[in-house]
Parts: sequence; structure tokens; C-alpha cells
Amino acid sequence: MKIMVAVKRVIDYAVKIRVKSDKSGVEMSNVKMSMNPFCEIGVEEALRIREAGAASEVVAVSVGPAQCADTLRTALAMGADRAIHVVSGSLGPVLPLSVAKILKALVEIERPGLLILGKQAIDDDCNQTGQMVAGLLKWPQGTFASKVLLDKEKQVATVEREVDGGLETLSLDLPAVITTDLRLNQPRYATLPNIMKAKSKVIKKVTLEELNVEIKSDLEVVQVTEPPKRKAGVIVSSVDELIDKLKNEARVL
Amino acid sequence: MASALMSRALRNRSIPSFSAIVSRFVLVAEADILKHPLAETWAKLIQLVQQKDGYSYIMASSSSFGKNVLPRAAALLDVSPVTDVVEISEPRLFVRPIYAGNALSTVRYTGPDPCMMTIRSTSFPISTFSKDTKSDAVPISQVDLSTFNEETFGKSRWLNLTSQDSERPDLGNARVVVTGGRALKSADNFKLLEKLAEKLGAAVGATRAAVDAGFVPNELQVGQTGKIVAPDLYMAFGVSGAIQHLAGMRDSKVIVAVNKDPDAPIFQVADYGLVADLFDVIPEMLEKLPEKK
Repeated sequence: MKIMVAVKRVIDYAVKIRVKSDKSGVEMSNVKMSMNPFCEIGVEEALRIREAGAASEVVAVSVGPAQCADTLRTALAMGADRAIHVVSGSLGPVLPLSVAKILKALVEIERPGLLILGKQAIDDDCNQTGQMVAGLLKWPQGTFASKVLLDKEKQVATVEREVDGGLETLSLDLPAVITTDLRLNQPRYATLPNIMKAKSKVIKKVTLEELNVEIKSDLEVVQVTEPPKRKAGVIVSSVDELIDKLKNEARVL
Repeated sequence: MASALMSRALRNRSIPSFSAIVSRFVLVAEADILKHPLAETWAKLIQLVQQKDGYSYIMASSSSFGKNVLPRAAALLDVSPVTDVVEISEPRLFVRPIYAGNALSTVRYTGPDPCMMTIRSTSFPISTFSKDTKSDAVPISQVDLSTFNEETFGKSRWLNLTSQDSERPDLGNARVVVTGGRALKSADNFKLLEKLAEKLGAAVGATRAAVDAGFVPNELQVGQTGKIVAPDLYMAFGVSGAIQHLAGMRDSKVIVAVNKDPDAPIFQVADYGLVADLFDVIPEMLEKLPEKK
């Protein structure tokens, strides 16, 4: 069985982002970029499943401009077998629905038994793509996964998910889509030997035309602004003072 | 045209209050296959109803259910949804947080009906209604499920849900929340926080670090990928104030932070900060706080 993992290149999670003064977006020049943390967890889970003998190959895919190749190299350095880069440079950010259609087209070519995505990208925080591609493929979905157990014989995935009420367990027939939550695993660091090996692994470039996917644009970003700033707070010196302020000043007690 | 769509499981609980507040009618879909909130069946149900009735808007709250189902339904209907809406500026103009709430994106939906969205419930106050509000019963109709069938049904099976039984108010809409971070050091110490919550009539929250360490279950996690809360009073004990945690509570009316480290980033968002050891502060608060009314 093949596992396909979709990965996204985003501003590094530790960077303090700045909104551009012209409100057109977030400052991206000279800013550290990394693989989306949820996507890293996805790659790690795919590798573990392969290492456990339940899959033969891990294919990493990404949609975006030329620099996506960096993210795919990281996936290869972690241990993915090969990568596919769907080039979409000139269009700007591609909406989740279009990414889902692209992934569906790739799935129809590659025929993986499992498609893993991060639950959300930390830039747009959409949390949509996995669910969408599952719907388009008519595959079952296990989103926000905190545990995945694959039964190779039965071709079934038991997925424990983090939901508002606690932990929900689903049983999914493969092929299926899984989106990762933070506690699914701790991703490995790419070791130097693996980084070197990755240089000779293949990243196949594919165009949107070849995939015959229509890019829909039904959402337009009008502006990006800063959230309202909170008024500066005060440091109190004792519990007594705190209780007093909460009761008499803030009036929340 | 407002309607509410519900499965059999929700029906008995929700219909009376729903019809008083919003709905012109309520649609009920009754089928064994809808017994559990699976995305595969629910997305198909939404598609079925939409294809028959043609709504202009389809919405859900940004709960784990809404987030799981709505995007799948949107893909079936071939439209881009807007998720986690915090403001509706115009009929097709929405504001949503990005980068863990460190920026706000204003987006315009330019596609055909339906316009689909999930909304962040903490950003929309519940409208009050007086006893005089007309609360005529609204019609309830059954969704015709004769064509409700798909190859995916049966490919996903609900096995179980483990949740913590609690008398505490629901974290998502409690008026007061007390949160503990990794500095609580153990699950046992969280009991101390629970005593404080009890006294304040509060819900208990936790940071990702505390959940990762196994002190409390995942449903208590507040943050960018956990629960988003906006209580009147949010008290953070031993919480450093990472960006991802702030994303989950920055809309709280009043924020209190108690931390031994005066440089903890949490003090930058706190309205009241106390640089002290939480293990001294909590017992003192338990002693000095008035009893919950």
C-alpha cells in the first residue's frame, strides 16, 4: 500500500508575524519558512506506518511556487521515498477547494491506500482541505486524529479523534483520509545522512494543466488587519489587591 | 428563509428553544444511519437538502462537529466555505482570524449559492429574548431520505466516545474559566485548580503542555487548535502565554495571570498580573474569595 502525505510551506510557527501597513497581507519577505507542524506530524505518521510494515512507499506532495521544493526536501530527508510538486506559482495562494481537487487528481494517478494531511495550516487556520478531498473522493475521513492503528489484513484504520466532548474512536475502511492533530506523534528530526540521501531522491514536477484541474476563485481577500489591541494591564502586588480589583474595578466577581 | 436541520439524536433536546429563537421551520432527518455524527452521512444529508431546497446560506458553529462536516459538504456542493467567521460585515463579506488570531482576514464570497460558513460562537453574543417573544410552534418536516444512500455509508463506523464526566460548566460557554499550565506539575495538583473553579462556578481549562503531560484530558485544552473561549473572566495559573494559547483566550473580557516568572509573555495580555507562586496564590484565593452565589 502507498501512503500519500500532503505538506504545506508556511511561516515558521515561532515567528511573530507582522501585518503589512497597506493591509494587503502579512509580511513574508525575509521571514523564516518551514513545513506546517501538522504536516510534519503527517509525514511522521506515514513513516511509522511504513516502518511497521503496513505500507511500502511514502509519497510527499505539495502545491505551490518553486520554493515548495524546500518543504518536499524536508519530507524526503525525514524519510519519504519520493515527492511530487504541483507547480502553481503565478496564481498566488490556492484555495483549499482547489488544493483538494489537485490532490484528488494525484490520488487518481497514484492510487494510495491512505491520504494524510495536517488538520490545519497555521497560516490560514482553515481546517478544510482534508475533509474536502475526502468528500470529492467519496472516501471515509478521520480528522483531528490523535491515534491511528492500521490493520493491514483487514485494510481498516482505527482512528481516535480529539473532539469537543473528548476522544471519539472511528473505524474506517481503506482507502481513507486522515488529518493529524498535535498529539498524534512527535516528528523525527532529519539526520544528516538522511538529508544527504534526500538530495538524490526524486521530486517530480507536475503542472495544473497536466492534472486537468480547474482552479476556482470564489473567495477574495479584501484586506488583512491587526486584531484590536487590548488595553495595557497592571501588575498587582497581592491576592487581596487582585480580589479587590476583580470585584470593584473589573466587576467580574 | 431560516430553517434548522437536525438529526434524530438532537431532536428531543433542541427543538423547543430553536423554534423560539430563530427558525421558521425545522427539518428532521430520521434514520439509523444518522445515529452518530459522522461526516460522511451528514455532508451527504446537507447536499441532499440543499439540492432540493436551494438555500442561500448554510452555517454551522465552529465546533468539532461543524469543522468536520461543513467543509466536506462544501466540496460536495463545489463551493469554498468560510470557516471560523468572527464577524459578518455584509451579506457576503466576512472576517476570520488567521495566524492564530494575530491577524484578521476580511474575505468576500463571490460564488453562487449556497454561501457556506462555520462561525466562532464566542464572537456572536446570544440574543436575549423576553417571555413576550412570540414562540409559536414552528412546523417540523421530515427530510425525504428515500434517495439517501451512498457507497461511503458503512465505510466509517462510530465506535465510542470517552469523555470526562463533570459537574463543571461547559468550557466553551462558561462565564469564568480557570486554566492551568505545565507549572501545575501533576494531575493531582489540578484538583487544587478544580477547587478554585468550584468556588468561582468556573470551568477548568488547560494549556497544550498540561494536556501533553497527561495532567488533564484533551477536551480541556484552550488554544489555536483546542477550544476557543471568551469568558467574562479568564484566570491563567502557571501559563507562560505562548502565541498558540493566546489564540484561544485573547477575546476574554478580563484576563488574570499568575506566574512566578515576571517575563512570561502572558503578562502582556493580562489585565491583572500577579507575579507569585500559584501554589501560594490558589490556597490564599480559596480562603479569601467570597462563596459562589
